[in-house]
Amino acid sequence: MSGARLLGLAGVVALALVPLLPLGPAQEYIWHVIIQIFLWSFVGSAWSLMGRFGLVSLGHGAFLGVGAYATVLLWNFYGMTPWAGAGLAILITVAFALVVAYPCSRFQVVGHYFGLVTLAVGEVIRLLIVAERDWTGGSLGVTLTTGGTASDWWTLQFADKRVFYYVGLAAWLFGLWVWWRVDRSMARSAMEAIGEDETAAASVGIRVARFKMAITALSAALTALGGVLLALYLAYANPDTLAGIGVSLRIVFAVVLGGMYALLGPFVGTALTIALSEYLRIYFGIKLIGIAETIYGLLLIVFIIFLPAGIYGSIAQAARRRLARPSGRLPLRA
Amino acid sequence: MVDPIFLLEAVVNGILLGGVLALLALGLNLIFGVIDIVWIAYVDLVTLCMYGVYFLVSLYGWPLWLAGLAGIGIGALLGVLVHLLIITPILSSPPINQLLATGGLLFFIQSVATLLWSTDHRSVRVSLPTLEVGGIFISFTRLLAFGLAILAMVALYLFLTRTYTGTAIRAVSQDREAIALMGARPQRLYLVTSAVGGAMAGVAGALLIIQYAVHPYFGGAFGPLTFMICVLGGLGNMVGAFAAAFIMAQVISVGGVLVSTEMGYVIAFVIFIVLMFVRPGGIFARRA
Repeated sequence: MSGARLLGLAGVVALALVPLLPLGPAQEYIWHVIIQIFLWSFVGSAWSLMGRFGLVSLGHGAFLGVGAYATVLLWNFYGMTPWAGAGLAILITVAFALVVAYPCSRFQVVGHYFGLVTLAVGEVIRLLIVAERDWTGGSLGVTLTTGGTASDWWTLQFADKRVFYYVGLAAWLFGLWVWWRVDRSMARSAMEAIGEDETAAASVGIRVARFKMAITALSAALTALGGVLLALYLAYANPDTLAGIGVSLRIVFAVVLGGMYALLGPFVGTALTIALSEYLRIYFGIKLIGIAETIYGLLLIVFIIFLPAGIYGSIAQAARRRLARPSGRLPLRA
Repeated sequence: MVDPIFLLEAVVNGILLGGVLALLALGLNLIFGVIDIVWIAYVDLVTLCMYGVYFLVSLYGWPLWLAGLAGIGIGALLGVLVHLLIITPILSSPPINQLLATGGLLFFIQSVATLLWSTDHRSVRVSLPTLEVGGIFISFTRLLAFGLAILAMVALYLFLTRTYTGTAIRAVSQDREAIALMGARPQRLYLVTSAVGGAMAGVAGALLIIQYAVHPYFGGAFGPLTFMICVLGGLGNMVGAFAAAFIMAQVISVGGVLVSTEMGYVIAFVIFIVLMFVRPGGIFARRA
C-alpha cells in the first residue's frame, strides 16, 4: 500500500511543479487546460459520490449553476466578496438539493425516475436563469464585474493563472480526500445496501432517508463549490456552460468513461475528454466543426457497451485481480 | 389582464402542439413499454428524419408528400440500426448503462449533424393560408400536421390491436417471459417494435419540418419534454401518454401567453416533478 501512496505523492508533487516549468509561449494555454481538468474532475468526483450508490443524477448542472450564479450575482449587485458569496451559494445549493431530495427519498423515486426528475430539475434552473434575464443576463450569460486591480484576495480575481492552478489542484485533492473518506466510512456499506435494495436496507435498520439526504447534501455542496470556482476562474457564467442538461450529461459521461466506482475514475475520464476535445480542436481548427464531439459520442457508446466499468475502473479491477492472486486470499471487494 | 381572445388562441395552439407531442411520446413509449429501455436520443432521431425530408425536398426537388413518406422509411431504418448496433449488446446491462449508451448516441447525432450540415437553421417553406375563426388565427400548416399526427396515431392503434404482430408486441410488454413460452421470438418482436417506433419518429419528423426549422440541437427543445410526457402518462401506457401530451401542451401554451415562454416550460417541468412525487406511476396509474 505504501508504494501506491508514494506514487500518489510523487504525482501530486509533479503536478504542483508544472507552473514552475518553462513551457514557452504555450504555458498559459497548458495551465488553462489543466485548471479545467482539475475543476471538472472535482465536480465529477462530487457527482460520483451519489452516482456510485445508484443515485444517478442527471441534474447536477442545476447545483453547478446555482453555485456559480449566486456567487457572481451577489458580487455584481451587492458587492459581496466571493468568500462570503461562495459560502452563501453553497448553503443555498444544499437547501435546494434537500428540497428536491426529501420528496425523492420520501416517495421512493429511484432508478429511471430519479434520473428523469433530476433532469427536469436541471432544466427548471436553466430556464429560470434564461427567464430572469434582467439580472442574470439570460442566455447571453453574465460577466463577473472586475474588482479593478490585477490581483486581489478580496474579490478573488487574479490575472495570473497560476493562482487558479493551485486553487484547482487543492480543490481536486480535496474532492479526492472526501471521496476516500466516504469510501472508508461505514456510510459506504449502508449506501451500497440502499443502492441495491431500499426496502431490504431499511429492514436491517439502515436509516435510508437520512443517508440519502446526507450524501445528496454533500454531493450538492461540492458541486456548488465547483461551480463557484469555475465562475470565478472564467469570470463568466452562462446557462448553457454552467447549468442545464448538456452540462449535467457531460459530468456523468466523463465519470462513466473513467469509471464511477474508482477514486481516480472521474479524473481519468475528465482528463481524457478535455484533452481529446482540445487536441481535436487544435488539429482540425475551424475546418470540421463538430468532429471532436462526434468522436467523443462514439467513444461513449463503445465504452459503455464494451467497458461498462470505465477505463480506469477496468484497469484498477484487472490490477486488483492480479495482485490478489499470488497472496491466495480472497479479494475483499468485487 | 390578458385579452381572452389571446387566451383562446393559446388554448387552440396548445391543442395543435399536443398532437405533435403525443406523436413523439407514443413512439418513445412504445419502445419503452416493449423493450424496457429509454431511448434518450429518440427526438434526435426525429431530427435526422427532419434533415432527410428537408434535403429530399430542397436538394433533390422531391414533392413534399413523397419526401415525407421517405422520411418514415428513414425513421424505420434508423430504429432498426439503433436497435441492432446499440441496444442488442446492452439488453441485459443495468438500466443506467442503457440510458447512458443512448445518451452517447444523442451527443453523436447532434455533433454529426453539426459536422455535416453546420448549425444553420433549415426549414421547408410551405405557403398555406392562415385560417381566421372568430378572431383567432390558426395556421393551416399546423392544423394539417395535427390531423396527420392523429391519423398516424390511429394507424398505430390499429396496428397494435388488429394485427397478429401488434398483438404479440403488446403481449411482450405485458410479460416478456411468458411470450417466449408461447412460441413467439422476443428478439424479432423487439426489432419490429424498434422499426415501428423509428417510423413514428419519421412521421413526427415529416410533420415537424413543415412547422419548425431544423438544426442539430433541435432534439434539445423537445427531448426532455417528450420523456416527461411518457413518464407522466405512465411509461409504456399509450393512452396515458396521449392525454399527458395534451395536458403538458396546454400548460406550456397558456403559461407562455400568461407569463413568458420560458416560464411556461418551467411551470410544466415543476408540475412534472411534483406529480412524480405524488403519483410516481403516472397520472393514470391505478393505486396499488
